[in-house]
Amino acid sequence: MPNASHFKRLPMRVGEPVTVFVEGRAIEVESYDTAAAAVLIAGLVPSRTTPTSGSARAPYCLMGVCFECLLDIDGVANQQGCMVKVRDGMQIHRQVGARDIHESPQETA
Amino acid sequence: MTKTATQGSRSADVCLIGGGLVGMAIALGLQRNGLRITVIDEGDVALRASRGNFGLIWVQGKGDTLPEYAEITRLSARLWPSLAASLKHSTGVDVQLQQRGGLYLCLTEQELDARARMLEKIRAAAGGDYPYEKLDLKQVREKIPEVGDTVAGATWCPEDGHVNPLLLLRAMMERFNAQGGVMDNAGCVETIEHHSGGFRLRARSGGIWDCARIVLCAGLGNRELAPQVGLSAPLSPNRGQVLVGERVRPFLNYPTGYVRQTGEGSVQIGDSKEDVGFDSGTTTEVMAKIAHRAVKLFPLLRDVKLVRAWGALRVMTPDGYPIYQTSTTCPGAYLVTCHSGVTLAAFHEGPLADWISSDRHDPSLEVFHAERFTL
Repeated sequence: MPNASHFKRLPMRVGEPVTVFVEGRAIEVESYDTAAAAVLIAGLVPSRTTPTSGSARAPYCLMGVCFECLLDIDGVANQQGCMVKVRDGMQIHRQVGARDIHESPQETA
Repeated sequence: MTKTATQGSRSADVCLIGGGLVGMAIALGLQRNGLRITVIDEGDVALRASRGNFGLIWVQGKGDTLPEYAEITRLSARLWPSLAASLKHSTGVDVQLQQRGGLYLCLTEQELDARARMLEKIRAAAGGDYPYEKLDLKQVREKIPEVGDTVAGATWCPEDGHVNPLLLLRAMMERFNAQGGVMDNAGCVETIEHHSGGFRLRARSGGIWDCARIVLCAGLGNRELAPQVGLSAPLSPNRGQVLVGERVRPFLNYPTGYVRQTGEGSVQIGDSKEDVGFDSGTTTEVMAKIAHRAVKLFPLLRDVKLVRAWGALRVMTPDGYPIYQTSTTCPGAYLVTCHSGVTLAAFHEGPLADWISSDRHDPSLEVFHAERFTL
């Protein structure tokens, strides 16, 4: 995973510092950030692969429309990362292909 | 969708009004017969059942009160593999055809028994040649282990299947254009004039088309168009709401009456039958009922996220069967309307288009005349 993000944080409201784990690596973010922002800050590219062709994707619209930011968040697959606010200790993983619904039932976040 | 209307009149051998699945299937069949075709389509504002439907190629239960409808349905199912193969060959588009059987799941014994009786009646009318089986829960689970404990059983028909209806429409459009067809997609037709040499169509956009023959394939729009050429299209809208779940790994090997999984993994969940006029919207109560039933049928859908829902309007005749008819007062005008444009696509592209091309009387189609509603 590349360490350097291409994104620069612009000055805006300042949140509380929060630590999340992106593919197991601790990343410092702010409480107003989303899981999608966290993977961009972490430089996690690709952050998912598609169900049909397996091609690489990353967060795109950041407003809940394009579904490119699907992530596995705290064990719940296929979540739109841009619609989920970070929590301290959140475990974020790549969404690899489609979710398997035969696996044990999930809590809906 | 490349051509738009221009001023002045243009001509074609046959003009089809309506560029949905019904119109495009017939357009391809007429092109196969060497005719020069224009499809005049209302454009993206059209109600377009073709983009809202469920994608089933469904045989079981069709035609319980009209054996001829059961026959054309099965004929179309048999013709489907060659239609899909030829679309793939000419356009490269794989329409995701799968015909290895389908199940209609029932939640109560009464529903299952009634359904089996209905299918037995169709079998008797077909002289015994009608494949179906009544399955109990254990037998259903041999095909789909994931069904819920409250499922009573299912009826199974090996001739059922499904397809991606959006890819189908796209493939048909591509082939139509590649074969020199003309698509006028700013063409809401307002008037049809019949004269000795044929027909003159005027669109709201100002476009004028002259042609020897016309085929009305405008879905609910046929109501206003048919009387202009001595035909009758007593159609009403019937709304179906459909839910779409997130893409998940393949879990469902067969389409069922209410739940199917698309080639991309999306879970498509239907449906409702509502008499609400021309409102193609969605409602929370109906969506909740649809979701509740789907979870009873397949408990593992419980936490599948819904990503979309829509309403679409079925094109229904009073008895639910198609109208296939040529006009006696305006020879050369045809009406084609049905609510199973996916299932019947191969029949429309084949035998029905051949009938229109030949311009000959076909007594086997008389049962589909609209006069049956006035008798």
